Amino acid sequence: MRTFSKLAFAALLIGLAAPAFAQGASSGSITVEQPWSRATPNGAKTGAVYMTIDNKSGTADTLTAASSDVADKVQVHEMKVENGIMQMREVTGGLAVPAGGSVALKPGGYHVMLIGLKKPLTTGEKFPLTLTFAKAGKISVTVAVQAMGASNAGGAMGGMSNMGGSMGGSMNKDNSGGNMGKMEMK
Amino acid sequence: MRPRQWIVPAFAGLLGFTAVALCAVYAVSFRGGHGVAAISSIGGPFTLVDDTGAKVTEKTLAGKPYAMYFGYTFCPDVCPTTLLDLSRWIKKLGPDADKLNYVFVTVDPARDTVQTMHAYLSSFDKHIRGYTGTPAEIAQIAKAYRVYYKKIPGENGDYTMDHSAIIYLMGPDDKFVTVIPYQEPDATAIAKLKSLADATPTS
Repeated sequence: MRTFSKLAFAALLIGLAAPAFAQGASSGSITVEQPWSRATPNGAKTGAVYMTIDNKSGTADTLTAASSDVADKVQVHEMKVENGIMQMREVTGGLAVPAGGSVALKPGGYHVMLIGLKKPLTTGEKFPLTLTFAKAGKISVTVAVQAMGASNAGGAMGGMSNMGGSMGGSMNKDNSGGNMGKMEMK
Repeated sequence: MRPRQWIVPAFAGLLGFTAVALCAVYAVSFRGGHGVAAISSIGGPFTLVDDTGAKVTEKTLAGKPYAMYFGYTFCPDVCPTTLLDLSRWIKKLGPDADKLNYVFVTVDPARDTVQTMHAYLSSFDKHIRGYTGTPAEIAQIAKAYRVYYKKIPGENGDYTMDHSAIIYLMGPDDKFVTVIPYQEPDATAIAKLKSLADATPTS
């Protein structure tokens, strides 16, 4: 696992960000890492896509829209549980990606919401998703569908959590922008 | 003039006494019972249909403790996660799992039909039953269980639902026992369910 995580981390550093399943992509200074989703229950009409969006440039960008063939509509949503109440809202005005920082879309927080799924998402499936940024333009990624209970992009890989840790460490220093309250970095 | 002189202080006294008495009643009901009353009144009568289309009421669940969760199938994260957690816990209970009933009640009856609920729940442990009903029936059970839910309109007729994301654990006598909050660790959640299973009458 250690060897794997080092290798994967190295891959990330050179911008490949592709540990076997997910296919990230970048455009200009925006990099989308490990886009993944969860298998959906039978008949479910919605799904969620998670990823990390990295902005290497000195200017803030905004994720303004998303689209995919697998669903009628794709929106950016924020979910939170406060005082035992689950709340979910469409992020209006786009999701800010601070200059030199990143935004994590992950369970319990931001996600790209697939509305009106044409068929259930199944484990192991991959599907295309196009993200539109105000400055970086369109970025197409391939989303890897993990098991229903997966909590991260590497459900099948033990090394992922180590890697996440080192990523967080290396990026924290950049996350001092005004959007901290919305950042998922811990 | 004489009677009037008597009436005013008497009236004032009566008013004062009433005020003090009211305060006392309030104080007693507040200290002695308010919190307890709120908890013990969780639960109550309802009429809904399950995911096979059969009519269900509070009597359907009588005699066995049960776990009840309110959510909706358009919920992409919390609801499937909770139902998956519950499925895992049910599996861990082993034979004890049959001592409980497990119910997923929709707060979105407009979209969660009997068929939708049935298909949805086929992805989870077979012990979990789905309940739906008319908007008025759902409002009634939500009120009985003190469940918060609210429709949040989006664009083009889309909407999401805010809702309580906790699992209620109810005793065999239909009395509130405790809750499993969102993201409860497996160990404590299973312990709560186990303890609830042990409360099942042996008769």
